[in-house]
Amino acid sequence: MKFAVKAVTGGRARVGMLHLGPNPIETPALLLSTRKGLPVFISPDLLPCLPRPDSHLLQFSPLHFLDGPCPKTISSIGGLHQMLGLHEYGFVAVARDSVQSLPEFDSTNKFGASFETPCGRRLVKPVEYMEMISSMRPNLWATLADEVPAWVSDKRNKTSVDRTVKWLDECLTLSPAGGAVFGSIVGGSNIEERQRCAQEVAKRNVSGYWIGGFGLAESMDDRPPLLNAVTDNLPEERPRLICGLGLPEEVLQGIAAGVDLFDSAYIYHLTLGGFALIFPLDGMEENMNDIQTSDIGSDGTKINLRATMYRKDTTPIVEGCSCYTCQNHTKGYINHLLNVHEMLAQILLEIHNTHHYLGLFQSIRYAIKEGKFEEFQNKFVQSRRSSCILE
Amino acid sequence: MALRFEVMGRFNRARAAQLTLPHFVSQTPLFMPVGTQGTIKGLTTSQLEEIGAQIILGNTYHLALRPTSELIDELGGLHKFMNWPRAMLTDSGGFQMVSLLHLADITEKGVTFQSPVDGKPMLLTPEESIQIQNRIGADIIMALDDVVKTTITGPRIEEAMYRTLRWIDRCIAAHSRPHEQNLFGIVQGGLDPVLRDTCVKGLVDRNLPGYAIGGLAGGEDKDSFWRVVAQCTASLPENKPRYVMGVGYPLDIVVCSSLGADMYDCVYPTRTARFGTALVPEGVLKLKQRAMADDTRPIDPTCACMVCKNYTRAYIHCLATKDAMGSQLLSYHNLYYMMQLSRNLHSAIVEGRFPEFVCDFLQKMFPKGDVPEWVCNAMEVAGIDISSCCAPFPSCKD
Ligand SMILES: [Zn+2]
Ligand SMILES: [Zn+2]
Repeated sequence: MKFAVKAVTGGRARVGMLHLGPNPIETPALLLSTRKGLPVFISPDLLPCLPRPDSHLLQFSPLHFLDGPCPKTISSIGGLHQMLGLHEYGFVAVARDSVQSLPEFDSTNKFGASFETPCGRRLVKPVEYMEMISSMRPNLWATLADEVPAWVSDKRNKTSVDRTVKWLDECLTLSPAGGAVFGSIVGGSNIEERQRCAQEVAKRNVSGYWIGGFGLAESMDDRPPLLNAVTDNLPEERPRLICGLGLPEEVLQGIAAGVDLFDSAYIYHLTLGGFALIFPLDGMEENMNDIQTSDIGSDGTKINLRATMYRKDTTPIVEGCSCYTCQNHTKGYINHLLNVHEMLAQILLEIHNTHHYLGLFQSIRYAIKEGKFEEFQNKFVQSRRSSCILE
Repeated sequence: MALRFEVMGRFNRARAAQLTLPHFVSQTPLFMPVGTQGTIKGLTTSQLEEIGAQIILGNTYHLALRPTSELIDELGGLHKFMNWPRAMLTDSGGFQMVSLLHLADITEKGVTFQSPVDGKPMLLTPEESIQIQNRIGADIIMALDDVVKTTITGPRIEEAMYRTLRWIDRCIAAHSRPHEQNLFGIVQGGLDPVLRDTCVKGLVDRNLPGYAIGGLAGGEDKDSFWRVVAQCTASLPENKPRYVMGVGYPLDIVVCSSLGADMYDCVYPTRTARFGTALVPEGVLKLKQRAMADDTRPIDPTCACMVCKNYTRAYIHCLATKDAMGSQLLSYHNLYYMMQLSRNLHSAIVEGRFPEFVCDFLQKMFPKGDVPEWVCNAMEVAGIDISSCCAPFPSCKD
């Protein structure tokens, strides 16, 4: 892995270049959430229809494979790239995926981290985690962390920092050759613990940083100082990945604090709910007002295609969108697919939403390069707030 | 008549043809994937094209409920609604009612049933079935027939056959788009050769664009099944397509094609995929079995599909029945398998090597030579010597 910061504007927001797979990817970037290495609904033959190389970062949880294939089999197949037939893609391993594999801090103990997974509650020790990483051979992986929600006691929060740093050292000792290591940073809602953890991890020999413990019941207003407490204590030149920030506003918060990489569990939740992203990508100020007033059930950024008003709608989700879904299908058809519970609805929505969210990241990078990130963030947040009030 | 049926090659009763429909020129023998609600479960229309699907089915009963045929019509027909550029076929809706609804009752007027939406009694007449199908706009539409279970015996079979013949005239009269849509009649008559014969004659007199053999694949024994197909194909016109409804097991398709049938449909390949089963030349592969967990071979090493080129059985094992992707990938492979089987049947007949193809197919499926007796019997009638792939002694067993 190689990473270089290309542009920084105003505060902490930055544009960088990440070399992970064969094609360099500009940051801030979105990692596509996967289940067992493939997007939840977009089959591998349809993946190339997403923008390239923006869509070439895939995030997975090694815990997805607790039920098999076993590490030995994955290893004999030749790792994840080989098992999934996706050689051009960069695979990023993080134990938590914010959808199916969630930290269960109550059962986590000094031996390992506990997770709720589709195979039940499982305690994962650093040595087991590393065995999985070694067999899967991701391009990039985050060390095992003890993530706790915002409301735990100071004592529990402090323990989580101690454990996460200890496991970081254990993972590094067991670390396989190849694959960039991202040191995990926790610290809950405590500024001092966030600083302490970031400083400790910054001392280690890692390629980048994974920021955990967000999207776990902290309030949006509390978040910026916590994020800044982390990024201010990390070296500038290494990439930072965060999980648990889903909404566009949350992603913008992360970018404002200098985070480079984001997960996309948000897209999964949108897709399951029948939502499609519609916010304008260029010239945020235009159209925004039209959308709020004309679309009932819209908050200015998304529409719910289950709504009866789309029954006879023969237009694509977003006029002019170049995604497979908008090029081939109408809102009316997707409304029908949702009504009759057909899987194609989710396939088409995941394609459009991924495409559109990647577009947001592109607009953000552009704004940073132009020195207009803060303006972009304010406008986006403002327009969404006003349309929420309208509702 | 809005189709052209040109036979490109024959072997005894088997034929390979080019079927030109308003939306697509297709090759027979042909398996037609079933897209009940205006979509083939888990696949995009571009994937279907890639797999080689040529005609897909829509179920009139489901589409009439949601989104309704009026809406489909208003939005420009089903082709446009689901963005499927190739050919399409819709059924009459009658079979779905009788098989899905307990309270369906057939009278001379039509099929009465309780609406699943509001519970009110509804009536589907032959006229209405055709009007709905005219609105949906498929290349091939099916006449409303009086469906009875093949396992039923007695006067009800005869009543149903004669009613089907009376209804075909009402269907023909109601058909408002004969130059854009082809109305196929359905041969009924249960397992009774005399009734089947009467029905075939009656339908052939009406000079329809194509004919279907109905009332099969409903639990009758295999020997009765192929004999009905053989009898109907023998007396249906040479220059019209013949469609065996509801047939979809690869073996059944090979046997029926040997007997001169051309078209097939079945939900089996996609339904079985959702339960974790793959179709392979040897029969089926159950991906959920423990043994698959560490099997690093593709589903079918001889298959050229996207799934077999990229994925191991071990990986599909961990997806099957658990993740949406499991049924997507298995449906893709299974439909690819069915379309490849269709292409192979067509080219084997055209290239004059049909018996070799049949033997090869049977050899893979029955490596011990235990070809079922009904298959041996059918092949004898089809004039295909399969002795090379049957065990020498006992020659055939069930
Ligand atoms: Zn789109
Ligand atoms: Zn295959």
